[in-house]
Amino acid sequence: MSDFPWLTVLIVVPLVGAVVTAAMPYEGDKSRPKQISLGFSLLTLVLAVVMATQYDADGGFQFTETHEWINVFGAHYALGVDGMALVLVLLTTVLVPVVIGASWFDADHGNTKAFFAWALALEAASLGVFTATDVFLFYVLFEASLVPGYFLIGHFGREGRQKAAIKFLIFQLFGGLVMLAAVVGLYAVSADAGHPTYLLSELSQIQIDPDTQKWLFAGFFFAFAVKAPLFPVHTWLADATEKATPGTSVLLVCVLDKIGTYAMLRYCLGLFPDASQWATPFVVTLALISIVYGALVAIGQDDMLRLIGLTSLSHFGFIVLGIFVFTSQGTSGSILYMVNHGVATAALFLAAGYLVRRKGTASIAAITGVEKSAPILAGVFLVAGLAVLGLPGLSQFVSEIMVIIAAFQHHWWVGAIAVSAIVLAAWYILWMYQRTFTGPGVTAAEPVADLDRREVGTLAPLLVALVLFGFYPMPLLNVINPAATAILNQVGVQDPAPTVVGAEEGR
Amino acid sequence: MDDFVKPTLEYAELSPLFIVFGIACLGVLVEAFVPRKHRYLVQSTLAIGGVVLTLAAVIAVANRLKEHGDGAARGIVGSMGTVVVDGPAVFLWGLILLFGLAGCLLFAERQLEGGVSAFAGQAAALPGTEAERQAAGLDHTEVYPLLMFALMGMMLFPASGDLLTMFVALEVLSLPLYLLCGLARRRRLLSQEAALKYFVLGAFSSGFFLYGVALIYGYAGSMNLGAINDAVRNDASNQTLLLIGMGMLSVGLLFKVGAVPFQAWTPDVYQGAPTAVTAFMSAATKAAAFGAMMRLFYVAFGADRWSWQPMMWVIAILSMVVGAAILVTQRDVKRMLAYSAIAHTGFVLTGVLGLEGAGELTDGQLTSLQAVLFYLATYGIAALGAFAVVSLVRDSAGEASALSRWAGLGKHSPLVAGVFALFLLALAGIPLTSGFIGKWAVFEVAMSSGAWPVVIVGVLSSVVAAYFYVYVIVVMFFHDPEPEQAAYVVHPSVLTSSTIAVGAAATLVLGVIPGPVLNLAGVAGQFLR
Repeated sequence: MSDFPWLTVLIVVPLVGAVVTAAMPYEGDKSRPKQISLGFSLLTLVLAVVMATQYDADGGFQFTETHEWINVFGAHYALGVDGMALVLVLLTTVLVPVVIGASWFDADHGNTKAFFAWALALEAASLGVFTATDVFLFYVLFEASLVPGYFLIGHFGREGRQKAAIKFLIFQLFGGLVMLAAVVGLYAVSADAGHPTYLLSELSQIQIDPDTQKWLFAGFFFAFAVKAPLFPVHTWLADATEKATPGTSVLLVCVLDKIGTYAMLRYCLGLFPDASQWATPFVVTLALISIVYGALVAIGQDDMLRLIGLTSLSHFGFIVLGIFVFTSQGTSGSILYMVNHGVATAALFLAAGYLVRRKGTASIAAITGVEKSAPILAGVFLVAGLAVLGLPGLSQFVSEIMVIIAAFQHHWWVGAIAVSAIVLAAWYILWMYQRTFTGPGVTAAEPVADLDRREVGTLAPLLVALVLFGFYPMPLLNVINPAATAILNQVGVQDPAPTVVGAEEGR
Repeated sequence: MDDFVKPTLEYAELSPLFIVFGIACLGVLVEAFVPRKHRYLVQSTLAIGGVVLTLAAVIAVANRLKEHGDGAARGIVGSMGTVVVDGPAVFLWGLILLFGLAGCLLFAERQLEGGVSAFAGQAAALPGTEAERQAAGLDHTEVYPLLMFALMGMMLFPASGDLLTMFVALEVLSLPLYLLCGLARRRRLLSQEAALKYFVLGAFSSGFFLYGVALIYGYAGSMNLGAINDAVRNDASNQTLLLIGMGMLSVGLLFKVGAVPFQAWTPDVYQGAPTAVTAFMSAATKAAAFGAMMRLFYVAFGADRWSWQPMMWVIAILSMVVGAAILVTQRDVKRMLAYSAIAHTGFVLTGVLGLEGAGELTDGQLTSLQAVLFYLATYGIAALGAFAVVSLVRDSAGEASALSRWAGLGKHSPLVAGVFALFLLALAGIPLTSGFIGKWAVFEVAMSSGAWPVVIVGVLSSVVAAYFYVYVIVVMFFHDPEPEQAAYVVHPSVLTSSTIAVGAAATLVLGVIPGPVLNLAGVAGQFLR
């Protein structure tokens, strides 16, 4: 079985699913394309889980496939996963069936099958991005993932979605094309160093001179900062999450945006270690601004979905902060944060989506007292919200505390600023809950139906994961830690030795 | 005085040129002797068959090219040094003939205008007169021999071994195109204006070119590109003469490719000319002129590249910026494609200026020639396909090229709109289309030669242009058609539809597996001197 091309199959299955779904006849049963796409996404999940059971936590890159693609460019069709890629692949494959289930009726107006086909296409592109080990292939898939994203936002959702879709596309294209210049520059570097190549394993061996490194780093980082997103290139995110369907938002924020932070670790740190350290003060500042600003802006929102979108800005700030403090705890914490944030935010988006669907509005001011008539929805919403604000016992707490400790190690004031976001997070989540779910109950004329079985079924796996990994994160950390260590070795930094306070006082 | 030497001609290697020329002359005879009602069939068959035959001859020539220096170059210097049949020339021949074949197929389309071709029934009849109405059912079948003459000039242009041949080729390719531009059946005044504009400006730039030829002759004492190269290497004489001559020659060539600041004719001519002519011209002229430009600058002035590369930097940057900036303001599909052509000229120039000496390239690195040849193929296919689609979208008055009338096209004709969107994405350089690989290739060689400012400008103008291409797609797919304003899609015959289908397929295939064509451009090797 060792030669079985797991990763190729993992990418091809959702892609085939997308084509099959899109090829369904227009007329007839609307549920047929939904069932088919759900089937393909579940098949992908099963494959990913089976693959994960064969993964060896200390084995470096595994399930690798390398074939020459365009030899004059030095481009390869090269795939492989390490611990970091593996957990993100699993996150993606779990979230897509959940989203398909949760969006069952969201696309009934309009071209139903297109929604599900694009969702699967997005899954294929994302899996390709997470598993690519060739910069050229990565770039192609990175850009290709915009197309499904664009159509998902532009075709399905609320009024004004087309503008949001264009904004999304232009921001991403701009970031991507800036990166293109840097990727092309990488070609020149590798050609000067011997022979042109885009293979990650060969590129990381090349000593790039410091000035060139800085420019190339800037090109890559810009694209990833737009993708992630970081302040001040985050504005597309708020619009997109406000206008798109909750399912699309989950795919955007919990899967697609992870590409940005994933790629910072894989490419910025992996290829330009010196430049990454050089840029640390700048990036840490941006991350801190994102953390605090995102949270503050979120507090002031009236639109629930936009609010949740902006909380992610704050959380991406945490992830980037963890990456750029260069300690194994920070790196592991960031990777874990990507997974936990994906699960928690997905649960919150979907729960909010169910509420919005029932009330026909996303305005917090227009919703009140839902708790009484829909206790299950309220409970689920509260648990997801508490996970997002980092309550101990729910998974996001573990990663948040790791990043904050690493931030304090980096510099006390960095940690101090970061920690303030915990208070702000409690504020925006609990205040939103208070205004919408508590308060005077709705009149008998407009009772809110509670969650049905489908809706509970889509949220249950996410909630289970939140609690499970909140108490016992070791299965994830065992996979993540070796990958984090390998990345830091590439950068060439050691964890700072702990200072013993007592010894100094004793003198 | 030397004794007269009988010139030797390498008939086998030069056969593609002879065949095209022969078919063109035969076309003139057909025009004279075949009765009018049979002419359409005879002429179109002759042209299509002739191009196919020439393509076969080109493939035969390509397979027998002599290798030099372990495959670094291949071919012969033929016809007493005036025609060089080397790898790049043969590659371009193949490319130009493919565009020519597509041109023939589009020319022969008669279903769109309800049984007549897109060309004027009688070009001499004044617009709006009784004579024009009488000629309404007629066809100008002279377009086929004109196309063949243009093809011959285009093939000779990048293969010329001396400046005089290059000038003759330039005129042979230009004159038929001037005529073809003025032959539109609809909107004839616009078409005639386009032809006159193209002719006057073209003649003017030819003058520049000829003046440059004279100055370079004064500098080097020879018209031969190889001999000019020797003179440049030996720093023979007056450097000023060389620089001015080089500048004059560039004006002539840059005019033909439509680079800024010699682009003014492009939008008017592209808009006014019959769409089939625009499609052929946008793809094939660019390929021929860039082939000639590279031969001139790489072979004759390659040793002095520090003198012309900065100039190319400026022109490339200007073309990309101006092309993209004005593109955004366009509200007519044909004019939009014209400005897109200007921006793309800048991208090709980005590849042209990426020339590096043989010693500076590592093994297996992309050469600038290879990148440009590939780009010309990808751009030509996408542009030709896009114009072919434009010819399908019509209303009762002919083609409807105003963008507002394309609103909602994606709703009632999803296939046509989808194919057009594909071509636009290729022009924008979105991954998994041919345009992306082409852009990558030219940026790569420019970056390797140290022209990073050009690459940065290229990237930024790509973003601006991409915004507009996406806007067009949005108009087609998301906007609602204005009532009684919407254009409809006329179902074409197999001639146009097969051209579009092949173009769309090639755009996709070259985007995913560009290897074979890139390698073919690489195997072609360097220019021979």
